[in-house]
Amino acid sequence: MQSSLMRRFSLVDVYLWAFRIMVLVVVIWGTFGTIMARRYPGEVWIDFVVFGLSQGSIYALIALGYTMVYGILRMINFAHGEVFMSGAYTGYFVAAAFGRSGYLDRNPVVSLLVVLAVAMITSTAIALLLERVAYRPLRRAPRLVPLIAAIGASFFLQYAFRGFFGSGFQAYPETQVLKGTWAIAGINILRTQAVVIVASVLMMLGLYAFVMRTKTGTAMRAVSEDREAAALMGINVDRAIVTAFAVGSSMAGAAGFLYAIVFKQVHFFMGFTPGIKAFTAAVLGGIGNIPGAMLGGLFLGLFESVGPILFLDGLGIVAPYQLKDVIAFTMLVMVLIFRPSGIMGERLEVKKA
Amino acid sequence: MRIPIALVVALMVASGQYFVPAAPAATVGPVTDPVGVVKIEKDRSITIAYWLVVAGPDASLGIDSRRGVEIAIDDKNGRVAGHRIRLIGEDTGCNAEGGVTAATKLSANKAIVAAIGSNCSSEAVPGAPILWKAGIVTVSPSNTAPKLTAADRGPTYDGYLRTAHNDKVQGRVAAEFAFKVLKLKKAATIHDGSPYAEGLQGVFAETFKKLGGAVTAQEAIGPTDTDMKPVLTKIAVGKPEIIYYPIFTSAGGHVTRQAKEVSGLAGVKLMGADGMFSPDFLKAAGDGAKGMYLSSPDLSPEALGPAYGRFQEKHQKKYGEKPLSAFHAHAYDAAMMIFAAIEKVAKKDSAGNTYIGRKALRDALFATKAFKGLTGTLTCDKNGDCADPKIAVYQVVSADPVKWDAGKDPKKIYP
Amino acid sequence: MERARLNGHRRSWIAAAQKGLIWGGVAVFLALVGMIETFAGRQIIVGVISLGLALPVLTVLLAGYQGAQGQAGGAPGAPLVRGALAGAAVGVVVAALLVLGDLVNMRSMFVSASPAMYAALSFGRGASGIPLVLLSAAAVGAVGAAASLLSAGVRRPLVTAMAWTLGVGLFQELLQILLHAEGVRSAIRELLFIEDGLSVRGATIVFALAWGASAGWDRRGGAVRQWHGRLPVPRQRALRLSSLIAAVALLLLVPLAAGPFIAQVLVLVGLFALLGLGLNVVVGFAGLLDLGYVAFFAIGAYTLGLLTSLGEHGIVGLSFWAAVPVAVVVSLIAGVLLGVPVLRIRGDYLAIATLGFGEIIRILVLSDFLRPWLGGSQGVLGIPKPVIGGLEFRGPEQLFYLTVVSCALVIFVAMRLRDSRLGRAWMAVREDEDVAEAMGINRVNVKLMAFAIGAAFGGLSGAIFAVMVGSIFPHSFQLLISINVLALIIVGGMGSMPGVIVGSLFLVGLPELLREFAEYRFLIYGAALVLMMQMRPEGLWPAEALKRELHASEEAGPDSGRRGEG
Repeated sequence: MQSSLMRRFSLVDVYLWAFRIMVLVVVIWGTFGTIMARRYPGEVWIDFVVFGLSQGSIYALIALGYTMVYGILRMINFAHGEVFMSGAYTGYFVAAAFGRSGYLDRNPVVSLLVVLAVAMITSTAIALLLERVAYRPLRRAPRLVPLIAAIGASFFLQYAFRGFFGSGFQAYPETQVLKGTWAIAGINILRTQAVVIVASVLMMLGLYAFVMRTKTGTAMRAVSEDREAAALMGINVDRAIVTAFAVGSSMAGAAGFLYAIVFKQVHFFMGFTPGIKAFTAAVLGGIGNIPGAMLGGLFLGLFESVGPILFLDGLGIVAPYQLKDVIAFTMLVMVLIFRPSGIMGERLEVKKA
Repeated sequence: MRIPIALVVALMVASGQYFVPAAPAATVGPVTDPVGVVKIEKDRSITIAYWLVVAGPDASLGIDSRRGVEIAIDDKNGRVAGHRIRLIGEDTGCNAEGGVTAATKLSANKAIVAAIGSNCSSEAVPGAPILWKAGIVTVSPSNTAPKLTAADRGPTYDGYLRTAHNDKVQGRVAAEFAFKVLKLKKAATIHDGSPYAEGLQGVFAETFKKLGGAVTAQEAIGPTDTDMKPVLTKIAVGKPEIIYYPIFTSAGGHVTRQAKEVSGLAGVKLMGADGMFSPDFLKAAGDGAKGMYLSSPDLSPEALGPAYGRFQEKHQKKYGEKPLSAFHAHAYDAAMMIFAAIEKVAKKDSAGNTYIGRKALRDALFATKAFKGLTGTLTCDKNGDCADPKIAVYQVVSADPVKWDAGKDPKKIYP
Repeated sequence: MERARLNGHRRSWIAAAQKGLIWGGVAVFLALVGMIETFAGRQIIVGVISLGLALPVLTVLLAGYQGAQGQAGGAPGAPLVRGALAGAAVGVVVAALLVLGDLVNMRSMFVSASPAMYAALSFGRGASGIPLVLLSAAAVGAVGAAASLLSAGVRRPLVTAMAWTLGVGLFQELLQILLHAEGVRSAIRELLFIEDGLSVRGATIVFALAWGASAGWDRRGGAVRQWHGRLPVPRQRALRLSSLIAAVALLLLVPLAAGPFIAQVLVLVGLFALLGLGLNVVVGFAGLLDLGYVAFFAIGAYTLGLLTSLGEHGIVGLSFWAAVPVAVVVSLIAGVLLGVPVLRIRGDYLAIATLGFGEIIRILVLSDFLRPWLGGSQGVLGIPKPVIGGLEFRGPEQLFYLTVVSCALVIFVAMRLRDSRLGRAWMAVREDEDVAEAMGINRVNVKLMAFAIGAAFGGLSGAIFAVMVGSIFPHSFQLLISINVLALIIVGGMGSMPGVIVGSLFLVGLPELLREFAEYRFLIYGAALVLMMQMRPEGLWPAEALKRELHASEEAGPDSGRRGEG
């Protein structure tokens, strides 16, 4: 009797259950403690949620690029964070020029759109260069080789920008029109945050439509499914891959622009952490899955913003925001253990023959 | 298997004996010194080394210090004690093992007379003893951790001095300013996980509490974090009257800018420290910095006199930009102190060669009294603290980086 | 046929021009990134050529060399002219930069676009120097083309000699430190060097010696190899063993001869090699992509620190020798604890999950939350050095021996494991988990063993690191270290232990020795990684099996690329 029980539940399962329970206990106890302490009024919670969504939208946009490249090449483009950075950085020069000449304040919409365009174009150019020089020769190599090449490319881009533009940071000029808040449905949202959320949603919808409805998008999806079959169907695989890179990186460039609007500072190293976070978001949502990347990004942003205050503060942990990455990564691991294909991914276990 | 192990053990023993320092007292030429003597031949240069953070994301700190040293060398016309000055150096990377490697590399070079460094306290903790073991005395322009000049630091730090202030002073001045001058009773602090910031906010909090104030929150972020709004919102709930965040320009800029965007913090005063005392900070913080306070070494014209203005002109001419960080003047003073000490203890022989006793040099540095430096009048105590700890509190007038003029904008308001 | 040949010729000319333009782009890149200006202070041959000048010269030479390639059988001298054309193309791009710099102030955007940079590119003349630039570029291009025409017998010694001269010039500071002592060594130093670089005399000597050695080996090398092949097997083995012993003895004597700095660099190389050997077990043997390896490094260091420290966070104040086994065991357990949750995760997902764990550990040791026990950002201080008998391991030389012994121990264990049943089980799991399970291998245990052993090695490395520095700061445990270790086992040769050592020497030792180039270290590092992956992905000293796999997959074509996915 006992031995059949033992056979059903191995030690590993016990450990995993313990892990699950521990996390749940922390979450529930912490939340309970926070609510009981009643330290934070309702508006504050709304603020946290808005902050999280705004940050999450940026992660989502970057994650889209990761997910598209992974879907089509099965490769983690480690240098994607630098693609993001390059868009933001080059956008700075245009923005600064507009700011100095006063054009920024006279025609804010036009100038911001121009900066956005510059950011997107630069990111795309850098990504295409990357694909051509670093990744295309390595398409048939085992998985670790392009990963290392991507890591090398990431360092190279960071330090090339450092060599060109210096090791300090640059700051985007203030746009008068974006200062202050808007009251939407009774909630005060910062204008920059509103712009970020709306712009991201629009772009993501546009991308989704592109991938689902157009011929190029369908070609990309086909190549992601099965490269050989797609080639046999007459699809130009190289072009599909290049398109995937281009579209994904233009999203990253847009994310860079939005990031710079909110945080104002650009710096050669700024892509590193958002890159990792965005990759986490992509995996969280189900890598290779576009709506998944969006959701993953939003979730990640929310957890980073609300998590420490909701879970950790109630447990009496000091300086909970220092641990926000712990929350993010723990959540990631939980999802990977218990739902490995991510929130929206298909079951991974079915490997293609 | 046994033979190779025996071989290795034998070699270890042998190496131990090889490196047990034979009676270190050395007599070279006309100089006898218990730690060692450096001989500089007639037409050769005197070698000074730096070990600073000159590469990587924090490079502006080290480059700024190195430039201070280079201007000091220029001011001496490139010569000291009749020899040319040769400056070499290593990057330390602002971490402990970087400090170890840089110090080890420098300590292997027997030609080095003295060193300037380090920038980050975590490097000096292991690095300074390594340098002193080789007899190289080092003066730091920007280490501020109290433990490096504490009374119980031990004899391995006998060769370590600094021209930068001790954080104990800065934190205290900031707390006193907030409590006594601004008459605020509730404060919150933010640090970024660096030993410098964490220590400084700790001193502030302790002093503030001792004076009778209350600390509502002591939060922490990561140095590369950009989204500060959640932390600030949390702090806002405790309704502090002032937030003290002694962090660096990038993160400090984010905090300052976003503090204005968090609704609960309207009217709360903001205060930073010398890590943010540079025009770059205004660039990062934007208009939000108007009216905020910064504690920093007193670089105002009344305190420093016209010499600092002349230094700034030289800097602009030589490098085409304003100083990048806050410790260039301290580095300048460190270099000048060393040159003065060298000239005091260097002895020449009849052939024109120069000899410098290492312990004599060290003693001469520790005996520095009333030395007129850019940062004030320097007097070294027996633990190596040489700084004239003039810490002032400034208020930012306009938030325009172009108009930066330490002492006027930001304006010195205390003491 | 004639038309095709003519077209081929035309294409060669166009290709030459294109290559020149690309290399011109490279030269402009190097200028704008600041390398030319920064390196201009670095004399290779004092008074003759600095590294800053050598860079554009090299690009032109390479352009000329490539330009000369192309359709054979054209007019005699055509390759030379093609080379000159390629060189001139480089000159054109540089000239464009000079013109642009004259018209527009580029310095507000590109910080390196200083007057010094323009001067370096134009022989000090600025835009008016353009004709001179074009002429000299064409000339150097022709030289490069000429080099391609040389027979291999001349070209190889030429390239070797140039490389050696460049190398000796670059490493001059190091070599001068090594040759500091009085007597023979200092005489050699005087012979070869002046102040900060090679003297002309020294350069010629090095060049000649290297040429002679290379040409000599070319001629005699084949004969030596034949002779070696003809020896009876026991003699071959004896020869190999004695050369191995000689190499080991040389290794152990290095710190005595070379001084504390080299010993320090070797300690770092050794520590990273230890880390590499551990990660090699996880990634190389068992195929588990782990990007959070630094977690075990941290755990080992903190365990040792907390157990031995005499400062405020020390718990017991044990001696190093008593604490190390504890640190290793704790790391081993941590390996199991962190391995279980990720057992079912595969491939790239595993990479990101382990990366997450690495970051979690780093943040936890840094946090204020755990500060009372782990020291927070102030770290754990006051870790004493190990003592044996009365002898303290005070300096890098002694720590070097400690590291060597640890490496030897770890290599021994890893080799035995690799050749054991467990090792073969790892190989099976690496190739295909499901098939391995179907063959009766207990996947869970095998993977956990891999994590555990890898973690134990990492913990040992962390323990030695803690005593080397004498204090532990959380900032030493960044994600960058995990990436570095992964890169070094890939570059050195995955799955191969000599490869790990070689990788560590190149990716850890070399940057430490070339510290003057610290600002561009990562730029070069990144470029080197990308290039290596394209040219020699199996690494510098690969395990035989991997080399066969990688090159087989290239030859076989698209289908075989899909092996080993997931």
